Amino acid sequence: MENKKSVLIIGAGPAGISAAKSLADDNVNVTVLEKEHSFGGNINNWAKLFPNFKDAAEVKSQLVQNFENNKNIKILYNKKVTELKKHNQKWIANTSDGEVFESNATILSTGFKVFDAKYKEELGYGIYPNVITSVEFERMYKDGKIHTQQGSVPKRIAFLNCVGSRDEKVGNHYCSRICCIAAVKQAIEFKELYPESEAFIFYMDIRMAGQFYEELYRKSQEKHGVVYIRGRISETSSTIDKKVQIKAEDTLAAMPLRMTVDMLVLMVGVEASETTTILSKQNNIDGPYGFAKSIDIHTADNYSNENGLFLAGSCKRPLTLTESIADGKSAAFSVIDYLKQTK
Amino acid sequence: MKNWGFKIAEPRTLDLDKADLKLYSKIVEKVPSARRCLMCGMCSATCSAANHTNFNFRLVHHKLRMGMFESLNSELDKCMLCGKCRMLCPRGVNTRAVIYNMRIVLDNMYYKNI
Repeated sequence: MENKKSVLIIGAGPAGISAAKSLADDNVNVTVLEKEHSFGGNINNWAKLFPNFKDAAEVKSQLVQNFENNKNIKILYNKKVTELKKHNQKWIANTSDGEVFESNATILSTGFKVFDAKYKEELGYGIYPNVITSVEFERMYKDGKIHTQQGSVPKRIAFLNCVGSRDEKVGNHYCSRICCIAAVKQAIEFKELYPESEAFIFYMDIRMAGQFYEELYRKSQEKHGVVYIRGRISETSSTIDKKVQIKAEDTLAAMPLRMTVDMLVLMVGVEASETTTILSKQNNIDGPYGFAKSIDIHTADNYSNENGLFLAGSCKRPLTLTESIADGKSAAFSVIDYLKQTK
Repeated sequence: MKNWGFKIAEPRTLDLDKADLKLYSKIVEKVPSARRCLMCGMCSATCSAANHTNFNFRLVHHKLRMGMFESLNSELDKCMLCGKCRMLCPRGVNTRAVIYNMRIVLDNMYYKNI
């Protein structure tokens, strides 16, 4: 019997699953460890996807197409990896429930988590009832109705970009890249449900750096009349009827601005997940902001400084779903290359 | 009572709860392309009137969008309707038609009441 090489993948999100599929197709034994009870990672937070409003659940099921027939893949749930170490040319992963997994190569695809909006206390998240996050908006949309805590449809809704991104005060200098387009998407979804209501987006820059993003932005203005206000909300307060009062500057008019909305949606940014930070630090491959660091962003983006430890997806930096899936496949190719060389 | 010479300044905050946004929707009805404006400022950069006056079409349009149209009448008179701005607009806004229709709408509101 041949001595098959084994690869361990930590995280069953889009990147991890794509990598697993590509490796298994190449007859490599793959074990995927997922800390949750289901695969898909952050896909599970989405109802529909930008820029084409594709059903997120559909993409999720497409990711694992024909998996049941593939004997090379094993996905194990509720396995949180707490320690990852190299020992005698093998990678040893320990999980919180005391199991040990050994492999020839390991892919870190531990993904991201969203910024905890409570840290931006001035925005009132967790204090005022009708300040919610973009993740909560998405969940409401999945249930078919956007409603305030009182149960009514908002007549006025505002979205605030860059919550936890591009903000020295929370230690995140970088742009999370996906929130701008997500705000445009959610504003359109809101206006399609409730054409009589008003939607405002507060922004510093509108960063539409993806195919069809700019077109969607244009459509939101032209077809849905979404109003864009350049200026970051400095503080919020609650009115007696539980509306949210906003203070900002209309920087295009150079005037302070004040308005009341029924609901404020905070577009929370992308941060390195806990497991990403912990495992990166253990292996000295940690980069800025707790993300994992690749050898070279242009030419060796799936390689880490540790031989046999590979990186895939948004454990490196904020990525879109499209990019994560592609990056998972790319990581698989790097791993196959590595396994051939090590014999 | 003695007058100490102190005054209370009017708040200069733009209050979107009180702003009248209906006027702008009237203009958008006539010139739907106005909705696409990105506020990039190409129109005001090329404006021939802006060479000699403080006319700023980008700002005028923005103020109207936000319901601030009190001071706009005198502003609009500075435009010569040459249409140079329209040739540059990256989002294809019919800028000249915006000004033209703003004049009509504002004329009906103000001049006739004087």
